[in-house]
Amino acid sequence: MTTIYLDHAATTPVHPDVVAAMVPYFQEHFGNPSSIHGFGRKVRLAIEDARETVARALGTEPSRIVFTSGGTEADNLALFGPAFAHRGAGKTHLVTTEIEHHAVLETCQHLERLGFSVTYLPVDRTGRVNPDDVARAIRPETVLVSVMYGNNEVGTIQPVAEIGRICRERGVYFHTDAVQAFGVEPIDVATLPVDLLTISAHKIGGPKGVGALYVRRDVVMFPHLFGGAQERKRRAGTENVPGIIGFAKAVEIAMAERAARRERYLGFRRLMLSVWEARGIDYVLNGHPEAFLPHVLNVSFPGVDTETLLMNLDLAGIAASSGSACTSGSLERSHVLKAMGLPPEVVGSAVRFSFGPANTEENVREAAERVAEIVQRLRRRK
Amino acid sequence: MIYLDHAATTPPHPDVVKAVTEAMTRFYGNPSSLHKAGAEAGRVLQQAREVAARALGVSPGEIVFTSSGTESNNAALKGVAFQYRDRGRHIVTTMVEHPAVYRVAKQLEELGFSVTYLPVDRTGRVSPDDVERALRDDTLLVSIMHVNNETGSLQPIAEIGRRLKRYPKVLFHVDAVQSFGKVPLDPKGWGIDLLSLTGHKLRGPRGVGLLYVREGVTLFPLLAGGGQEGGLRSGTENVPGIVGMAKAMRLIREEQAAKPDHFARLKRRLVAGLRAWGDRVLLNSPERDEEAAPHIVNFSVPGIKPEVLLHALEEEGYLLSTKSACSSKKDEPSRVLMAMFGDEERARTGIRVSFGYETTERDVDGFLAALEKRLSELLAWMKG
Repeated sequence: MTTIYLDHAATTPVHPDVVAAMVPYFQEHFGNPSSIHGFGRKVRLAIEDARETVARALGTEPSRIVFTSGGTEADNLALFGPAFAHRGAGKTHLVTTEIEHHAVLETCQHLERLGFSVTYLPVDRTGRVNPDDVARAIRPETVLVSVMYGNNEVGTIQPVAEIGRICRERGVYFHTDAVQAFGVEPIDVATLPVDLLTISAHKIGGPKGVGALYVRRDVVMFPHLFGGAQERKRRAGTENVPGIIGFAKAVEIAMAERAARRERYLGFRRLMLSVWEARGIDYVLNGHPEAFLPHVLNVSFPGVDTETLLMNLDLAGIAASSGSACTSGSLERSHVLKAMGLPPEVVGSAVRFSFGPANTEENVREAAERVAEIVQRLRRRK
Repeated sequence: MIYLDHAATTPPHPDVVKAVTEAMTRFYGNPSSLHKAGAEAGRVLQQAREVAARALGVSPGEIVFTSSGTESNNAALKGVAFQYRDRGRHIVTTMVEHPAVYRVAKQLEELGFSVTYLPVDRTGRVSPDDVERALRDDTLLVSIMHVNNETGSLQPIAEIGRRLKRYPKVLFHVDAVQSFGKVPLDPKGWGIDLLSLTGHKLRGPRGVGLLYVREGVTLFPLLAGGGQEGGLRSGTENVPGIVGMAKAMRLIREEQAAKPDHFARLKRRLVAGLRAWGDRVLLNSPERDEEAAPHIVNFSVPGIKPEVLLHALEEEGYLLSTKSACSSKKDEPSRVLMAMFGDEERARTGIRVSFGYETTERDVDGFLAALEKRLSELLAWMKG
C-alpha cells in the first residue's frame, strides 16, 4: 500500500528541482561567501540572486530579507529583536494571540521570564481574533503585536491587514508568522501594513534548516544570533548557501504555481467533504467558513478519539496529524482548538489533513474513502 | 585551484553530499510527526545523534543540534547568562575569541552583564593563572576557544578545565569549531560543560552545528518553540543537515586517526619556506606543536597590503584569506594579532594559510613557489 501524505502543514517533501539546484552548492561552489577570494564572491552573488527571488515573492527589496535557520528562528528574532532593542525606552509589553504557533507562544513566555509582559488575546469559535481586541490591548509601553497570518492547525486566516493598520496608527511594530500562508496566499508587503513577516522553506517544498524574516526598513532590532557581520549584521553565522539556494528555487516554483495550487487544494477539500457526505459520515468542520488556508482541512469526527484515528490512518497508509507537529508527539490536546472554545468531543476527535503539490485527485479520494471506513468501523465498535 | 582556506570553510566530503541529498529525498518527514514518515525521520535523526556523540566521546542525550557554530556559541553564552542571571552577572573570556563569542559577550555587557576579557601572550595563549585570578563570586561562565581561527594558537583547555573543577558553580564553555578532528579533544576528561562545533569546517554541510551540553547543565533556550532537542533548541530538525554533520564527524575522526602527523608535517614544510624570507615575513602562529594546532599558519608581510598579495596568489591558483572570513571585509587590524603583538602594522598585514586532510606537500611547495614569485615582484615594485 502506498502512503498518501496529507501532512504538508508539518513538512513537505523536497521538490526534485530544489534538490538539483542545491547539489552544485554542496560541491563545486562551496566557498564561504564572506571570503574575499573569487571563490567566495561567486557564492555571494548566488545568495544575492536568491535573496532577490524571495524578496520579489513578498513584494519587497532584497535588503529587507534576513535568512535564518527556519521559521522558529525567524519568529524568535522577530520578537526578541525589537523587544530587546526598545526595552531601555520602557517598551516592555507585547500583544499576541492564544492560537499562535509555539515558536511565537514560547518566545513570549521566555520574554515574560526576562521581565516583559505579554497579553494573549482570545479568538472566536472560528479561530479569528477581533481587531478591536488588538486595539484595546495596545498600551503606551507596547512594543510589538504578533498575530499569525494563517493558523497551522485549523487554517483560519486572521484579519492581518486591519490589525496592521491599527498597529501603524498606534506606532507599534506588527509581526505576522506567515509560514503556512506563504505559497498559497497572495502576500505583498508593499501594501500589507506589516513590519516583520516570517516564512519557512520546508513548508513549501524547500529544504529544512532555512527560513527568512522580512524586516521593514525602519525596524530597529537587536540581533538574536550575534557574531560575524552576515545578513547586514542582523543575523550572524556562515550562510547556509545550499539551503538558501534551495529555498529560492522552492519559492520560484511555488510562486509560479500558486494560483493553480490554490484551486487544486480547494478542490481536494471539497472532494474529501463530498466523499464523507455521500457516505453519511458525521463530521464537524473546524475553522473559519470563508477565511481559511486552502491546503489545511481540520475536521472532527465526534465519538472517535484523535489518537486512535491517527494510528488507524497510519496503518492504512495515510499520514495526517492532530495539529502542530511540534506538539503532536506529546499527545497534548491542541491549544488552538481549546482557545476556540469548542466542545470536548470536537477537540478530542479533530484531525488535520493538509495538501501538497504531489497529491492527486485519485489519492485524495482514496484517502477520504479510507478515512470514512475507519471512522465507521471505530464508531461501530463503540 | 589549490584551496588553502579550510579554516573559512571546507569542501563537503562526497559521501556527506550523498548522505544529505539522499536524506532530503527519502526521509522528508517531520521527526515530531507520529506517522510513519515522521517516525522514519526520527529514527534517522536518532542514529545521527548517536554517531555524533560517539565521535565526540559523549552521550547522545548531551548533543543539541543547532544551525551553526555561531548559534551554538550564542546559545551557550546567552543560555547560561539568562538562566543564571539571578545568581551572578560575570563572564570570563579572552581577547582572541571568534566574533560569535566576543561580540555576544559585548552584547551581554549591554544587557547588564560584566565581562573580563583576558589577554594573551605572544603565542596567542591565555594563562590558566589569569583565568583563575579573574574568577569572582558572581562568575557564571568561562568561555575560551580551543584553537584560534586566525593563528591556530592552542589554548590550555585541559589545564583550565582541571582548575575550574574547584569552582563547581562556574560553567566552562569551549568553542571547538576549529579543533575537532584536527587535534586531541576530550570534553569529558577535560571538565568541559558546553562545547560548540559546526559542520562546514569539517567537510560537513552548511547550516548545521552542534552544542554539547553536559548532562545536568540547564540552559535558557536561545530558540523557543516546539521544544525539539530536549527543549534546548526549538525548530523543525534539519534532518539531512544533521545526517551530513554526523557523517562528517565520523569521517574526520577516521582521518585524524589515520594521519596523526599530517598537519604538523605540512606546517614544518611551510614554516621552513617562510623562514627563508628572513624578517620580511613574520610568522604569527606559534611554531611548537603544544602551542598551536598545525593546520593553521598565519604570517604577516609588513608593508604589503594583504589583499594585494592575496589576489596575486589567487592568480597563481592559491586560495587563502586574511583573517576570519566573518570579518575579512573590514580594513581593520586583526583583533587577535593585536592582542598577541600589539603591533598595528603586523596586525593589519596578516595572511592565513589553512590546510585540510586532502592538502599535500606538493600543494605547500607550489604555494611557496607562488609566494616567491609574486612577493618578490611586489617587494621590487615597492622599492622601485
